[in-house]
Amino acid sequence: MTAVTVDGVWKFYGDYPALRDVRLDADAGACLALIGRNGAGKTTLLRTIAGFSKPGKGAIRIFGQEPRETETRRNIGVIGHGIAVYDELSAYENLTLYARLYGLADPRRAALEWLEQTGLERVRDGLVREFSRGMRQRLAVARAFLHNPSVLLLDEPFTALDDRAIAVLQRLLREALANGKTVIMSTHQLREALELSTHVALLNRGAVAFHGACTAEMVADPGWVYARYGD
Amino acid sequence: MAVANETPVAAGKGAAAERRRSSFARLVFVILAKDLRAELRTKEAVNASLAFAVVILVLFNFAFDLDDPATRMIVGGLLWLVFAFAGTLVLNRSFARELPNDCLDALVAAPVSGAALFLGKALANYVLVLAVELVSLPVFGIFYNVWFPFGQMLIVLSLGTWGITVIGTVFSALTVNIRLREVMLPMLTYPMLVPALMAAMVMTADLAAGTSIWNQMTWLKVLVGFDVLYTAAALALVETVLVG
Repeated sequence: MTAVTVDGVWKFYGDYPALRDVRLDADAGACLALIGRNGAGKTTLLRTIAGFSKPGKGAIRIFGQEPRETETRRNIGVIGHGIAVYDELSAYENLTLYARLYGLADPRRAALEWLEQTGLERVRDGLVREFSRGMRQRLAVARAFLHNPSVLLLDEPFTALDDRAIAVLQRLLREALANGKTVIMSTHQLREALELSTHVALLNRGAVAFHGACTAEMVADPGWVYARYGD
Repeated sequence: MAVANETPVAAGKGAAAERRRSSFARLVFVILAKDLRAELRTKEAVNASLAFAVVILVLFNFAFDLDDPATRMIVGGLLWLVFAFAGTLVLNRSFARELPNDCLDALVAAPVSGAALFLGKALANYVLVLAVELVSLPVFGIFYNVWFPFGQMLIVLSLGTWGITVIGTVFSALTVNIRLREVMLPMLTYPMLVPALMAAMVMTADLAAGTSIWNQMTWLKVLVGFDVLYTAAALALVETVLVG
């Protein structure tokens, strides 16, 4: 079953086409790594899939629905460049806030469960502004996974993570994939990403230069796709 | 949890109980509570707004001859100018509060309608601006020796403040990603507020002169109409403002 379909998407910033006729899809249970140089359009594509902005042309479907449909948003988890948690609230308050926004049956229990999953239960009442960078990143991971989304959109999720946070994220992503979730992640950390990926898409100046299955030679040599299909 | 071979969207549609919990009113309250809690922790906007209001009231006290009957006629204008300027300091923070850590993205990504998000934020702003006004009002009364009938003044305050809040919250959302948002917000807000401020000023001056607001039904209708019209417009447009 196709989870995410990107069908001929163009996105313009003024006259500049940040995305040019992008066509991609990801099945349920697949992990698609979006790779490409800085400015290739990875973040723009992820933001458009997440429904933060509308494509100039083309369409995006998540399980056949528009990304901005309320029920679709309930099924998407996003980790962007920012951690998207409030500095002036505690870790527990942040997670219960998002649990309530997503309409979870028991927000308190969900928050406690994810604080434990990410190793933050001891600092549950600490204000986020007092957290170290690694703790903040783990809280961001908990926030994105909290509502058990079917599609995870991750924008450079391994950047600036400490070892523990990388291990937590990799474990959670493996579990999510094993449970049939779909993961689309943009990344420059090819080694970590390709270990998890089933598919790879290389973006070059807003267009798809390569889209296919992740092969053993890609995992063995993460630069292989760039060398073969890049500029 | 949706199983792998079932469309998660379809599974989500079946979760009627969870949807009920996410009802519109509940989401409005969640946003309202979050904004109030965050503001009460930092007190950034309220402290600035209150300090500004008190300082301006003190300066007006020195600038105008309080024994002059003409001054009595402009107390409504003085008071609402202070409220409008002080209110902008609160409103400027409304969506700007979401910028650190890209929290606005997470709110836009959540299954919360733009209308619920807007109404939650507008109500939080309303509480904060009204609190600043209710603290400023006795200060105004002491300096100017003007006392208002509380019930009627509360009606004018409630309606006038909602007008300021609705317009300010919409433009706070519209200007949130603009570099000069602190400048742009008042520039966009004040011209739109003219009818509401005129109505509130006239009724407040009448109250100071001992006249009932019920003798100013036209201005009262203007104020109510302004609030209803702009609230409806804001609720209809906010999704476009947030996502484009």
